[in-house]
Order: sequence, then C-alpha cells, then structure tokens
Amino acid sequence: MSVSSDTRSISVIRARFSAAGLPTLGAASALLAWWTATTVFNVSSFFLPSPADIMTAFRKQPEYLLRESWVTMTETLIGFGIAAASGLLIAMVLTASSVIQRATLPLLVALNSIPKVAIAPLLVVWMGFGQGPKITLVLLICFFPVVVSTMSGLTSTPADFGELARSLSASWWRVYFKVRLPWALPQIFVGLKVAISLAVIGAVVAEISNPDRGLGSVIVLSGQSFDTPLAFTALVLLALMSVMLFYVICAVERLLLPWARAISA
Amino acid sequence: MIKIVGVSRTFQTRKGSVEALRNVDLDIGDGEFVAVIGRSGCGKSTLLRLVAGLISPTAGEVLIGGTPVGKPRRDVSMMFQQPALLPWRSVLDNVLLPIEMFGWRRSRHAERARHLLDMVGLTDFQSRLPHELSGGMQQRVALCRALIQQPRVLLMDEPFSALDALTREELAGELQRIHTDLKATTIFVTHSIQEAVLLADRVVVLSARPGRIRKIIDVAIPRPRSFSRSTHLAEVSSIVADLHELLLDIEDNRDALAAAPGRAPAGLRS
Ligand SMILES: Nc1ncnc2c1ncn2[C@@H]1O[C@H](COP(=O)(O)OP(=O)(O)OP(=O)(O)O)[C@@H](O)[C@H]1O
Ligand SMILES: [Mg+2]
Repeated sequence: MSVSSDTRSISVIRARFSAAGLPTLGAASALLAWWTATTVFNVSSFFLPSPADIMTAFRKQPEYLLRESWVTMTETLIGFGIAAASGLLIAMVLTASSVIQRATLPLLVALNSIPKVAIAPLLVVWMGFGQGPKITLVLLICFFPVVVSTMSGLTSTPADFGELARSLSASWWRVYFKVRLPWALPQIFVGLKVAISLAVIGAVVAEISNPDRGLGSVIVLSGQSFDTPLAFTALVLLALMSVMLFYVICAVERLLLPWARAISA
Repeated sequence: MIKIVGVSRTFQTRKGSVEALRNVDLDIGDGEFVAVIGRSGCGKSTLLRLVAGLISPTAGEVLIGGTPVGKPRRDVSMMFQQPALLPWRSVLDNVLLPIEMFGWRRSRHAERARHLLDMVGLTDFQSRLPHELSGGMQQRVALCRALIQQPRVLLMDEPFSALDALTREELAGELQRIHTDLKATTIFVTHSIQEAVLLADRVVVLSARPGRIRKIIDVAIPRPRSFSRSTHLAEVSSIVADLHELLLDIEDNRDALAAAPGRAPAGLRS
C-alpha cells in the first residue's frame, strides 16, 4: 500500500517536474552558460552584455521599457485578434462549398507566399506613422496560418462521422456546428499558436521599419546610440512576451479541448 | 416490416463497374432478428446501406412498413463497426446526439438515455469522455445512441468485430437481452457464425460477387440462448455445421464437401 502510494507520488512529482521543472532548468542552465561565457572570456558589454548588464539596463529605466513593451503588446494583440476572427470567418466561408474552396485556395497560397516583411515600408507609405501600419502588418502575417489551419480542420472530418450524420439525415448547419466545427478546433489552435508567434515578429518588424514607439524602436534607437545592453533588454522583453502569449494560448486550448490531446496521442 | 424486392446494386468506379448485389429478395417480419453472413466483399454493407437509404438500388426496391425507402428515416437507425463517438461529447451527450440532430427536445429524452446506459451497465460513466472508455464500452454507447430514437428498424454492420472475443460474447449477450426487451426489427451483419446462431431468428447467407442470397437458414432454438451451455446442443451444432459448409464452399467443390458428410467443421465450439 505505502509502496504503491510512494511510487504514485514519485510519478506525480516526475510529471510536474517534466512539465515545469525541465523548461526552468533548461533556461537556467542557458543563462548560466551565457553568464560564464561573458565573464570568463571577459567580453565587453558593448559586444555581448552579460545577464547582469541587462538587469542593470532594465533597472535604469523600467517604466520606459514596460511602456514600450505595452505598445508592442497591444499592436500584437489587436492585430492577432482581428486576424483570428477574420481568418476563422473567411475559412468558414471558403469551406462552405468545395467550389468556392477550389476557386480561392490557389489565390490564398499565392498571397501567403508574399514575404509580408517586405510590405512593412509600403505600409508606412500608405498609412503613415502610429500604430495603424503595425497592426496591419501583424494582421497580414497572422491571417494565413489561421485560414489555412481552419480550412484543413474543417475539411478533415472523419468519414465515420459523415456517414453517421447522413444516417441521421441531419441538416447541413447542424452537422456543421455539432460535428465539423468542433472537430476542427484542435487544428484551429495549431493555427493560432503559429499566428501568435508570428504576430510578435510582425509587430517588431513594423516598428523597426518605422521606429516611433514600441520595443522595435527601442532596438533601433539603442543601436544608434551604441547602447547594446538596452537593445538586449528589449530583445529579452520580446522573448518573454512571445513565450507568455504562446503559453496563454496553450492553456486556453487545454482548458477548452481536454479531449484533443487524448485522441491525437 | 422490411421488404427487399429484386434489389441489385452496381457501383461505377474508375476501373469499370462492380456488381455488388444481384437480384436480392428478402422479407423480414416485424420484430424479427435477421443475421446476414458472407465472405468479405460480398455486399453485406451495401445491402445494409440500401435498407438505411444511404444509397439507392440500381434495380428493385426496398420497402419499410410498406413505404419505399428513398432517404434515411428517423425510425431506422444504424450502428457501425467503429463506434464513431464524438470525442468532445460526454457519453450521455453522445447518446443524445440523434435527438439533437433531429431537433427534438433533449430534456424529453434524457431520462431514456440514462435508462439505456443503465441497461448496458454504463450508469457511472455518463459524464465521461469517450477516450476514457474501453472499446467495448464505446461500442455499448454507440448501441445506446442507435436505440435512443426508439427505432423500428435497427441495422448493425459488424458492430462487434473490432472487439476481443470475450467482449464480443458479452455484448452479443446484452444485445440478445435488449432485443427481447425492445423488439426492434434487426438486420445484423457479421462474420461470426457463433454470433449469428446466438442472435438470429434467420441467417441469410450471401454468396460472393455479385452478392446473391445463397441460402436462408432458420434458427429455431428457443431464447434465451447462450454461448456456453446450450440445452440444444444438437441443433446448434447442426446449424453451425451447415453455415460453415455454406461459407467454406466454393461453388464447384460442392461435391467434394458432399462426399465427406461426417467431417466436423473446424473451429466449432459448442
Ligand atoms: N462506394 C463504392 N464504390 C465502389 N465500389 C463499392 C462501393 N461500396 C462497395 N463497393 C464494392 O462492392 C462490393 C461489396 O462491398 P461491401 O462493402 O458491401 O462488402 P461487405 O460484404 O460489407 O465486405 P466486408 O465484409 O469486408 O465488410 C465490394 O466489391 C466493394 O468493392
Ligand atoms: Mg462491410
């Protein structure tokens, strides 16, 4: 009895460790390696700042940095939100009939192959300064992964379910909302996860090509004044933001779709 | 109840046409349990899909309760080899799926759904998700789902063939009990002679390509029947032997088999 409960608690601890402990351990050792490298080889902070230099840079102007982070974050979230909503809607329209789908899919693929990053300067020409062009770039970058993954989810309903629905002579919209759409949700989340990672990149690229606010402009400005530790601080904040947003989506997925992991495993 | 009149079905494929069924005639009475048995590819599923109204015959006609079948009907329900449960719905919600698809009131059928789950011993699992259930339990849920709309006709396409031997026997036993209770007219496609003899009033043997009715065998053994201890051992083994011969028999070596009448069919268990 006590043996089995012991092994059970050990396995629980092991599971927790591999869920939270392992990533922490990985990050901590990377940090340690970085720090050791910069101190042992006596690298100048202008070339490669150590973690301590970055902490110092952050402490110097925390409010400024957090405010700029917030700007980038809102651009990311607004662009992502619009992309997710419109991408979902458009994918639903496109998959409503196979005729529409066949007519538009090649066009979508072609549009998707345009490197969106190259549009950033054009957006400045068209839309000027401020958050508008940045949100637009985020939107453009996030849109396609959501559309493509939603479409593939909506068109991959298992044949078993199709036969079942037909044997129940269920109406098109009932099948759509009770079978096809729920089945597509795990795929949709794949798209959302890709999109949120790209969204941060989009926001930063847009800010770099038109540096007024946000962490992207912090990087440009600190580069101009040779303040490498500040640039690195901005990079670290960006990385933290990306990771956090990604895991928020993962958490929402786990909460909403507890079945998805079980059937894909 | 079900009248199958001169039904043929040919499929057009890219490699030409496949004649799946030819001139099948079958009359099934109200509340009767008919097993359909035959080699793989002989058109058993096709026959079932024709009765379900999922496909239409190239010749002939299927009538249920006197009316021709054109499309799926609500008093006919179908159960497949795979349980096909929706993975995001709880057991109870899966059972109630037909009700929702018909646009009927859930609340008026929830009680019956619980009762059906009770009959197959899944009372404690009604709020679980399908992936938390064993294969046998999932197929029991699928059975409840097929019964929720109180069908007059129940069509089952090898419903237990993906399960292990013991679970199959268990489920066949439960199906026998449920059929005695509910009396839905049933067509049960199977590969198992044992199952056919346990469950059916009549066993229809189909011949291969194109599927035709080879023979219809009456199983006049009183119910409840059981796999293990049959008081009608002689009848059971003679029917099983007949079926075995019919299924093993390839048209032209009929005589060879007839020449060895004392030969006990392999795999016979009684
Ligand atoms: N939709 C279809 N299109 C083309 N051919 C088909 C189709 N459905 C069935 N067939 C053909 O009809 C024949 C009978 O098929 P069916 O599925 O009814 O056999 P079955 O007796 O159910 O076989 P099994 O025991 O393996 O399930 C097969 O030769 C098959 O290839
Ligand atoms: Mg079949």
